[in-house]
Amino acid sequence: MRRIFSVLVENKSGVLSRTAGLFSRRGFNIESLVVGETEDSSISRMTIVSSGDERTMEQVEKQLNKQIDVIKVQTLDTECSIRRELILIKVNSQGNNRGEILDICTILQAKIVDMSQSALTIEFSGKPEKIDLLIKMITPYGIVELARTGMVALNKGI
Amino acid sequence: MKITGAQAMVKCLEEEGISLLFGYPGVAICPFYDSLYGTGINNVLVRTEQNAGHAANGYARVTGKPAVCVVTSGPGATNLITALATAYMDSIPLIAISGQVPSDQLGSDVFQEVDITGSAEPFTKYSYLVKDAKDIPRIFKEAFHIANTGRPGPVLIDVPMDIQNQMIDFEYPKEVNIRGYKPNVKGHVMQIKKVVKAIENAKQPVICVGGGIFSSKSEEKLREFCEKLSIPVISTMMGIGALPTEHPLYFGMLGSSGKSYANKALNESDLLIIIGARVADRAVTNPKLVEKDTVTVHIDIDPAEIGKIMGTSIPIVGDAGNVLDQILQNEIKCDNREWVSTLNIWREQMTNMKEDRDGYVNPAKFISKLSEKLDEDVIYVADVGQNQLWSANNHIVRKGRFFTTGGMGTMGYSIPAAMGAKAAAPDRQVVAVCGDGSFQMSFMELATIIQFGIKIKIIIMRNTYLGLVREYQHNKMEDRFMAVSLEGSPDFGILASAYGIPFIRVKDMNEMDQSVEKFIGEKGSCIMELNIYPFEVSQ
Repeated sequence: MRRIFSVLVENKSGVLSRTAGLFSRRGFNIESLVVGETEDSSISRMTIVSSGDERTMEQVEKQLNKQIDVIKVQTLDTECSIRRELILIKVNSQGNNRGEILDICTILQAKIVDMSQSALTIEFSGKPEKIDLLIKMITPYGIVELARTGMVALNKGI
Repeated sequence: MKITGAQAMVKCLEEEGISLLFGYPGVAICPFYDSLYGTGINNVLVRTEQNAGHAANGYARVTGKPAVCVVTSGPGATNLITALATAYMDSIPLIAISGQVPSDQLGSDVFQEVDITGSAEPFTKYSYLVKDAKDIPRIFKEAFHIANTGRPGPVLIDVPMDIQNQMIDFEYPKEVNIRGYKPNVKGHVMQIKKVVKAIENAKQPVICVGGGIFSSKSEEKLREFCEKLSIPVISTMMGIGALPTEHPLYFGMLGSSGKSYANKALNESDLLIIIGARVADRAVTNPKLVEKDTVTVHIDIDPAEIGKIMGTSIPIVGDAGNVLDQILQNEIKCDNREWVSTLNIWREQMTNMKEDRDGYVNPAKFISKLSEKLDEDVIYVADVGQNQLWSANNHIVRKGRFFTTGGMGTMGYSIPAAMGAKAAAPDRQVVAVCGDGSFQMSFMELATIIQFGIKIKIIIMRNTYLGLVREYQHNKMEDRFMAVSLEGSPDFGILASAYGIPFIRVKDMNEMDQSVEKFIGEKGSCIMELNIYPFEVSQ
C-alpha cells in the first residue's frame, strides 16, 4: 500500500531532520519527501510518499501527528488529488537521433531546455506515471544524468 | 532593565517554581551556574551526569511536575542521554538544560562540542537549541508545558555560552500557544458509549493499568472505577501500585516476569481495558492472540500507542482520569462476582513462595516481609535485574509508590532516582533496592547523599553475578556463563564505612527480623546487603 502524506509543519530548522529521523528510526519507507514554504512563510508543506501495510501507514500518520512541529497531516488519495513531479533528463544525442527524441518530447509534451553537440536536456512535469513513461522512452538513447524533484500534491476541489 | 540570558534562565526556573536542580557544571554552562549564585535555587552535585537525569526522574515522579537536570556541553551532554532515554520510555517529565559552545563556533568541532539536540532527538519529546536569548522566556515556558502535558516526557534546552551572556529584556509569557501541539484530554463521546456497552456485555472483563494512571494522577479514580464495576485489575511494571497491591481486585503484574494468574486473567478475559499502558513486549508476549479472542479497549493520551502493537476494538484517546470519569457517568449494569471469585481461586492455586535455602536470604520472601515493615507511604525504587523482578512481584504498595525503569531497564537507576525522590519528599521513607551489579553502576552517588544529607536507604542483593543475564545463559545457552561473574567486587561493608554510612549484612533468613528492624530504625542513610544464593532464579 502506498500513501501520500501532505504535512504542514513549522518552517524552522530541525523539523526536516526530526521528520526524516522518525521514518528511519521506526523503519518506515520514504519513497519521496519534498518540502517547501507555503503561502504563509512560517509554515512549510512536506509531501511524503510512503509505502507499507495498513497498520504501518496508520502509525506513520499518528507518529507524524505526534510531532510538536507538525501542524496538520492530510492523507491524499491518488484519485482525488493533483499530483505532480518535475524531472530533468540529459540524454545522449549526436545529431542522428535528435528527431526521434524530439518526437517523444512532442507526444509527451516535454520541453527541450538545453542542448550541446552531444546531448539534449529535457524538462518535464506531470503525474509520476507519465514521468516513468518518459524515462522508459528516453532510456534507449542513453541517459547521461537525471534529476527528479519527488512528488508534490494537493487535494482536488476546495 | 536588561539581564543576561543566564539570568533569564534562572528567572524562568523561578517562575516555574523550581527550587532544586540536579546537575554537573562545566565551562559551557558556567554563566548559568554563576547566575544561580545567591538565588534560592540549589544544585545537587551528582557524581556523573546520567545520575542527574535519574535523580530528576525520581523527583518528578514524586511531585508529578517536571524536574530539572543541568549538564555542560560535550561529554556532559552525551552522558545524560541514557537518562533522557529512560525518562522518555517511561513518560517522565524532565527539563534538561545543557550548555553549548558559543554559537559562532557551532559545527566546527571545537573543544567539548557535540550536537546534543541531534543526538538526543529520538529520546526527547522535544528539544531546543537556543539561537537568540530573547527566545529564552518563550522556550522555557513552552518546554515546561510540553514536558508535563499530553504524554509527559523529557524536553532538552541547549544553550550556547554566548546566548547565556547576551543581554535581554525579560518578561515571562503567561500563556503557551503551540499550534501543532494540542493534546486531546477528553474521550470521544461515541467511544465512551461503546465501552459502556462492552462492559455490560462482558462476562470476564479485566483492566490492565500502566504508568499513565500516575501521569494523569488518577489512582483514586481507578479505584472508584474498578470497585464500582467490580472489574479485576492487573498491571504492567510501570502500573504497580496504581491500585494498592493488596486490594481484593488487584491480581498482580502481568508479563513474562509477572504473576502467572495475572497472565491467565488476561488470556481468559473477554474484555480487556488497557489504561495508560503500551502493551509492550515484556508485558504482553502474544498480542496477536489477545486481539483475536478479546474485545480490547485502549485508553491512552497518546494516539500513536493505540493500535501500535495490538489491534484495538475500541480506541479512546484521552486522559485516563477524564475517560474513567466519563465512563462512570453512565449507569452500567454488570455483575462480575463470579469471575472475580474464579480469579481468586487461580491466585490461590498459582501462588507458591519458594522454600528458604540454608545459609542464604530468600529474596522474594525477604521483600514481602520487609515491605510489611516499611512505612505505609514508602517510596520503593527498584533497580534492574533479578532484584527488579523480585521487587515487582513481592513488594506491597499501600499508600506509597513503586518506581523502576519499566521501558529502558536502565541499570544503576535506583540510587540516583531514590535520591531525587527523597529530595522531593524529605519526610517520606525512601528505599533503593539494587543488585551488586547495578549498585556498582551508581555507588558514586553515596558521596552525593552524604554531601547533601539525602537520607535514603539502600538494599544490595548480592549474588556475585549479573543474575538475570546469568539466568538467561542458564536457560538459553546451556550454562555457558560468559561475562557475568562479579568477582572482584569490593567488600560493601568497608565501602559503606569509607562513606561513613552504617552497614548491615544479612547472611540468612534467621537474621532477617533483627536486621530489618535495625535498617528501618536507622535515622540516616543505611546500606543493607542480602546474601543471595548465586544461582537463584527470578521466578
